Amino acid sequence: MKYLDEYRDERIARALAQKIAAATTQPWVLMEICGGQTHTIMRYGIDELLPQGLELVHGPGCPVCVTPLETIDKAIDLALRPDVILVSYGDMLRVPGSSSDLFRARSQGADVRIAYSPTEAVKIASANPGRKVVFLAIGFETTAPANAMAAWQAKRQGLTNFSMLVSHVLVPPAIRALLVSESNRVQGFIAPGHVCTVMGCSEYEDLVRDFRVPIVVGGFEPVDLLEAVLMLVQQLESGQSKLENQYVRSVSYPGNLPAQQIMQEVFEVADQKWRGIGKIPKSGLRLREKYAAFDADQVFELGELMVEEPAECISAEVLQGLKKPTDCPVFGMRCTPDNPLGAPMVSSEGACAAYYRYRRHAVAS
Amino acid sequence: MPSATKTIAELSCPTALPAKDRVLLGHGSGGKLSAELVRDIFLPALNNPALARLDDQAVVSVNGQRLAITTDSFVVKPLFFPGGDIGSLAVHGTVNDLAMGGATPLFLSAAFILEEGLPMDQLQRVVASMHQAAAAAGVEIVTGDTKVVEKGKGDGLFINTTGVGVVPDGVVLSANQARPGDKVLLSGSVGDHGIAILAQREGLEFETEIKSDSAALHTLVADMLKVSREIRCMRDPTRGGVSSTLNEIAQQSQVGIELEEQTIPLREDVRGACEMLGLDPLYVANEGKLIAIVAAEAADALLQAMRRHRLGAEAAIIGTVKQANPGLVTMRTAFGTTRIVDMLAGDQLPRIC
Repeated sequence: MKYLDEYRDERIARALAQKIAAATTQPWVLMEICGGQTHTIMRYGIDELLPQGLELVHGPGCPVCVTPLETIDKAIDLALRPDVILVSYGDMLRVPGSSSDLFRARSQGADVRIAYSPTEAVKIASANPGRKVVFLAIGFETTAPANAMAAWQAKRQGLTNFSMLVSHVLVPPAIRALLVSESNRVQGFIAPGHVCTVMGCSEYEDLVRDFRVPIVVGGFEPVDLLEAVLMLVQQLESGQSKLENQYVRSVSYPGNLPAQQIMQEVFEVADQKWRGIGKIPKSGLRLREKYAAFDADQVFELGELMVEEPAECISAEVLQGLKKPTDCPVFGMRCTPDNPLGAPMVSSEGACAAYYRYRRHAVAS
Repeated sequence: MPSATKTIAELSCPTALPAKDRVLLGHGSGGKLSAELVRDIFLPALNNPALARLDDQAVVSVNGQRLAITTDSFVVKPLFFPGGDIGSLAVHGTVNDLAMGGATPLFLSAAFILEEGLPMDQLQRVVASMHQAAAAAGVEIVTGDTKVVEKGKGDGLFINTTGVGVVPDGVVLSANQARPGDKVLLSGSVGDHGIAILAQREGLEFETEIKSDSAALHTLVADMLKVSREIRCMRDPTRGGVSSTLNEIAQQSQVGIELEEQTIPLREDVRGACEMLGLDPLYVANEGKLIAIVAAEAADALLQAMRRHRLGAEAAIIGTVKQANPGLVTMRTAFGTTRIVDMLAGDQLPRIC
């Protein structure tokens, strides 16, 4: 398959791994931001191809993992109302809130539907004028344009029964929060290629300048990731810190301008709580005032919900790259994808789930 | 800006939610939740030696004749899809469950749960398709039942079929018989059925139409048994896909199974669809494929026999049974690294068959 096979080519990958080994003279800690990248690393065993001392730690880029518990609880609350149809991306249905999840809500009679695209939710609203349709609009900059488009369409169609429960997060403020942390170990970042496809690269220039940290925008296939690692190692070994783009087949410097425009039209930047990290200033998106009629928080007057989470798992440290999933005492024992104690075990993009799915035999032996 | 170290203290995780109090859709996924239902609800109440084997069919003895019995319900949506429909699927599925025990399928029952308002011509088409599939497979549908539920209480049409067949002397196939050194054979490409259904249901279009592989496998099985009796077990990897089936075998035989990623047959269009939808084809349903665990010395002869049959033309040896990692399926990737091929935790595709 074109644009795929060449990026999974074993010979190219091995050649890159050799170059990385040759270029590495000392230990380095690198972080891939995106959960999709973590998934590829685990699935193909990319970390096993790297020289000793070159460590990959896994970042907070799993949208399901970092969606706050409060949002899930609100979604379940809405879903259980008889006049509501709750529409969500499939992965969110298994994420545990404080006492239930959307699958369980469905088994109690809630009308919860899975959509591949948020505009499907608009169609459902249009076809069910007697019901209130709520779309659970979560994600990074990658899902934001499509989610924004749903609100824009609903407004243009004059729908009064469509709203969105919004929990949007932004990557650059999260990287900044990691970098200002005293416990930060990360010396170079693989930035998320799909986020940059939408947003372009300029935001990452600021991070490179402010923290003198090398950042390489990377893709999602094994060869992409190895190439991005090589580019980071070459910078680190030569004392450089600059922004480079490995994922040139998808990412342009300015990004996708129409996508940015629709985001601008519908959303504005706001403070945002991240599950596993806490509140990060200006790290999220909320609906603009002119879209207030489509804001489920306002439409249903949900108010501020404060949920106390018992400190059981170590997802905080995992999502910040301070610990590996396998450092957790309950990993694979009491915490599994069937019975997740923490969000990174829920989504297939979560670091803990990726380790569990692909790597637990190594842990056992 | 608060430092991240400070915010760690705020961090936390939810407590586990036991999946015990209600039936969830995932209990029908063919994965771990389904296995839990069998283990926690059905087996304790109904246990007996034939049931406890947990194979696709029970083999019982009546006056010295070994009979295979199996039953399966079909709730696929849409009712009609490229390569088949719920009627042909209901025949093939049950014929295959008999065939996986090495049985010659003879008779089927058919029970229909119809939803009020189902267009009569759809029912006619489904029944005609069942007749055609049964005739082609050489089985007869000899008894049946019909129930009608109120509008909204069904999904158009559900079908249950039960099958009876005879097991030839000396043929004992069971998922607990895999031994280290055995080879894993797969009769053809993975994921065709699940992707055909999904594409139809979601209105996805590809350059070529992806067709379900729905087919009756008993003649392929018969050809294999003619060549060698050194077959330990056979399974058709339906819902949950190849990975769930192999995990069941690994667990029931307490062996490890190591797959070679590059040997697993996969159609380019199915692969493309899976890439696009973020699905792993190893978890996608098949309805006309079989997995056989066979003695190493018989593997090549069996592979040739499979390839001579229309339904096994793309058969391949995809892995080896190992002593290490009992109960786990692992995969050697193209990169020479090893990863786990886990059992499906919940639904990858809800209600595929």
